[in-house]
Amino acid sequence: MTWVGGTNFLNLISDPLFWKSLWNTLRFLIIHIPLQVAIALVLAEILNQQLRARGFFRAVFFLPVVISGVVVTILWKQLYASENGVFNEVLLSLGLGRVEWLTSPLVAMPAIAIMATWKNVGLYVILLLAGLQSIPKQVYEAATIDGANRVQQFLKITIPMLNPVLLTVIILSTINGFSLFIEPYVMTGGGPLNSTLSMNLFIYKQAFSFYKMGYAATLGFVMAAIIFAVVAVQRKFIEKEF
Amino acid sequence: MSKRLLKWLFYGALLVGAFTFIYPFLWMLMATLKPEIEVAGLSLIPSKFTLQSYINVFERIPISRAFLNSLLVSSIVTGSVLVFSSITGYTLSRLQFRGREVIFGIILFTMMLPFQITLIPMYVLMVKFGWVNTYQALIVPGMISAFGILVFRQAYKSIPQDLIDSARMDGCSELRIIFQIMWPLTKPTLVTVGIITFMNTWNDVLWPIIVIRKTEMMTMPQTVALFAVGGQADAQMGSILAAATLLAIPVVIAYMIFQRHFIENMATSGLKG
Repeated sequence: MTWVGGTNFLNLISDPLFWKSLWNTLRFLIIHIPLQVAIALVLAEILNQQLRARGFFRAVFFLPVVISGVVVTILWKQLYASENGVFNEVLLSLGLGRVEWLTSPLVAMPAIAIMATWKNVGLYVILLLAGLQSIPKQVYEAATIDGANRVQQFLKITIPMLNPVLLTVIILSTINGFSLFIEPYVMTGGGPLNSTLSMNLFIYKQAFSFYKMGYAATLGFVMAAIIFAVVAVQRKFIEKEF
Repeated sequence: MSKRLLKWLFYGALLVGAFTFIYPFLWMLMATLKPEIEVAGLSLIPSKFTLQSYINVFERIPISRAFLNSLLVSSIVTGSVLVFSSITGYTLSRLQFRGREVIFGIILFTMMLPFQITLIPMYVLMVKFGWVNTYQALIVPGMISAFGILVFRQAYKSIPQDLIDSARMDGCSELRIIFQIMWPLTKPTLVTVGIITFMNTWNDVLWPIIVIRKTEMMTMPQTVALFAVGGQADAQMGSILAAATLLAIPVVIAYMIFQRHFIENMATSGLKG
């Protein structure tokens, strides 16, 4: 074993694929997190109403969460298929054109982000629902008496009082999002043109396709630092915002 | 907007949501029962039912062996996490010794570290131990969990000290206190840690892909994932979907039975399955 000093770090800075994989992962997060928070918030808000069969719907929304990512990815790969895939069949029957879901460098990562949202949103529905249920009913009653409508109540009461849970949801989806691996591994292999090469997949390939263990370990270290930095920024921003 | 209209709107949204989550799974299940040429496309009902896709899977990959591997690994890891994490959790909450808080701090710190940082060093360690392609590589790194320690420590803190003191007075050993007093008193905690550990181990696929290359040692998600990306399936969608369905079935059955436990436990811990 030889001591290589900072060589691995220097290589990393000048490695275009590293920057590409970082950008890909951020692109995934930028689509995935807002989409996930918005959908989870809407579903949680509806499940918080006095409706029948809430338990059933809760269980259905949670189903993809417990099922292996391998199953979900294989399934969605077929749904996204260019020829005869369910999504394109629906688009064609509506008189719209085909979308090259997994073979266009522009669309492939958003397609994976949509799938990941479908898989994980149920978990965040449950977390947000617990948060909603902890807001006292009296606050809403007082607001109604003061003449605040539903939208105002949602923006001025629900969102601020849900802030700690929202922070948890955003940080958890960030950390989970950074661990994106099996989805591009099975769906696209990182392609087309490396447009779905996530950081984890990049580390994996460096270590086990090119046997650059030292470089892969450096990447893991840098990636952990990036995760810490992103979470710290989110924490600061969200806590200041409300 | 009238209250009734709003209510119908809510039900409509819920039904659309439920359809979105169920239809893909239903489509997958039906696709595995169709003849290969009909697999693609929107229709759910095949012209004739056939089990050919499943027969292909069983002929081409050792999926039963993979199922047993996964079951063995997940069971041992779960049992071991329950035993060792509860012992550590008890020690950190109930025994007085110097450096206790420092040790707890270190354990918390390892929990906050992203796994990417230890992934490659851990693999190198497995190579040095000669554990690549063995059960040890799948089991030993997961035998104790910081998350489990944290949860047990919290649960044991709420048990009255008098109970422990009187057990000690009667000559009860510390291990017996853990397994015969603490465990029965904190059953929900055991269930929580058990379900989460089992699910995470069962569903993990990155670590097995790294340390296992021999077909007969592979876990079930790994076998199915490699079947989907490799050449063995001859690009037959039906067979790949059948393998995925076989992978999903045990979890779906467990979910239907323990649904409430799953949702509450996984949500309170905030962990992904």
